[in-house]
Amino acid sequence: MHAFGQILKTEAKLHLRDIPTLLLTVALPTLILVVLGLIPALREPSPEFGEQSFVTYFTPSLLVVTLAMVGVNALPTVLATYRERGILRRLATTPASPLALLVAQLVLALAGILASAVLLAVVARLAFGVPLPQHPLGFAAALVLGTAALLALGLLVAAVAPTAKSAQALAVPVFMVVMFFGGVYLPRFLLPDFLAEVGAYTPPGVQALLDAWTGTAPHPLHLVIMAVIAVAAGAGAARLFRWQ
Amino acid sequence: MPVIEVSNLHKRYGETVAVDDVSFDVAAGEIFGVLGPNGAGKTTTVECVAGLRVPDGGEVSVLGLDPRRDAARLRQLVGVQLQESQLPDRLRVAEALDLYASFYREPADPARLIDELGLGAKRNTPYDKLSGGQKQRLSIALALVGNPKIAILDELTTGLDPQARRDTWSLIERVRDSGVTIVLVTHFMEEAERLCDRLAVIDSGRVVALDSPAGLVSAVAPEQRIRFRPSTPLDDRLLTELPQVTAVTRSGAQVVVTGTGDVLHAVTSVLARNQIIAADLRLEQATLDDAFVELTGHRLTD
Repeated sequence: MHAFGQILKTEAKLHLRDIPTLLLTVALPTLILVVLGLIPALREPSPEFGEQSFVTYFTPSLLVVTLAMVGVNALPTVLATYRERGILRRLATTPASPLALLVAQLVLALAGILASAVLLAVVARLAFGVPLPQHPLGFAAALVLGTAALLALGLLVAAVAPTAKSAQALAVPVFMVVMFFGGVYLPRFLLPDFLAEVGAYTPPGVQALLDAWTGTAPHPLHLVIMAVIAVAAGAGAARLFRWQ
Repeated sequence: MPVIEVSNLHKRYGETVAVDDVSFDVAAGEIFGVLGPNGAGKTTTVECVAGLRVPDGGEVSVLGLDPRRDAARLRQLVGVQLQESQLPDRLRVAEALDLYASFYREPADPARLIDELGLGAKRNTPYDKLSGGQKQRLSIALALVGNPKIAILDELTTGLDPQARRDTWSLIERVRDSGVTIVLVTHFMEEAERLCDRLAVIDSGRVVALDSPAGLVSAVAPEQRIRFRPSTPLDDRLLTELPQVTAVTRSGAQVVVTGTGDVLHAVTSVLARNQIIAADLRLEQATLDDAFVELTGHRLTD
């Protein structure tokens, strides 16, 4: 336990020192929100978004940015780098378990996502009057399951990529799909219904996040799909993961 | 008392035989060298000893334990420095040692180790700002921070400049003097000759010789050659009569005496008795390099 605590502490310090990644993962959605929120028209309620403002409508999609950045991009890159540079292998010669390092990385990824979600919700509320998630329990469930699905996909990428470069190459298409269907590139009301519907089932499940934010309980099927993806990708990663 | 016993170790990667048949014992407190060209099977051999790989055949025992079955206990007792293993760029020297110290039940004092390895001024320097020699010393420190009984060091000085290499050698001697048994994998002849009490010369997955560096040399190339310029004309018979001398030839004004054993002492005694001064006296001995060529039929490439 002492060893795990020390690993977690050390990895936390390393994450905090990596300012560019920290900004991209934790602060970027809030920065985009602030930029969009400075445009008056986007703060006006509109019938297109069910009498909400565009900013309100778009905030859950911004959360997808963090989830994708941390889960599909940062996590596999760190793990593949650690393997490529022999850090995991070296750890395997000590009494510490490389698994402890993996768990520490997951804990920190979750912490980053939580910090980003809280920052986004608070700034959206205080600066632009976006209501806080109206269905807190449903929102928590959608966030946790969506995050789990993305982190599991990230682990799967880390498991099959031999180097940091190939991890990034593999992560890019996953990242694009997540961002696209999450309504980050194009707001989802511009997507054809069919594509918007697909987005409900691609991690992290933006429809469930959106529903919970606006006060509807997320559709159970959406949540179940995220849980299934998390378990399947996680199991695949566990089978394929190589320490060296 | 051997602390490491390896008998008939065999390891394949698919069709490729990495280690064919390797046996050796390492005694407590010695610096044991595993010497051989790249691809000879040195690293695979020590990785089996360290429990990082499962042998396909043969027995390995470390401190009386099985590296696979008793892996958890052995990791507390054996420090390993791997070839080409790095640390995260932003990890600082003291943090790396504190981290690794936390893995062990009875770690060494990280602060003291940092000073002993001459990294005191660098304790807050991130890994990617260290020089090659400093990275190597940090890597050695990490192998030692658990207070191991055995340290396995793979290609310790590869990529270091000559000064850093010499500094590292004296460091290893100090570590041995503190009671740690050291297994040193190397393909540098000079390093093996300078540091190792005993050596296993490995070529194509087999041990071709197992002895002290001096023993290896005298076993394969026992002849020594003495060259000198006598101050007064010298009768060859004075020398050829000596039992240690095998041949006397001349090369201009130089006398070249070939012989074995304490031939140098025998020759200089005769010369002294006859009041002949040997000017420009030189003794030529085979080196470990010569011994290696003799043993394996090819030269170690640096």
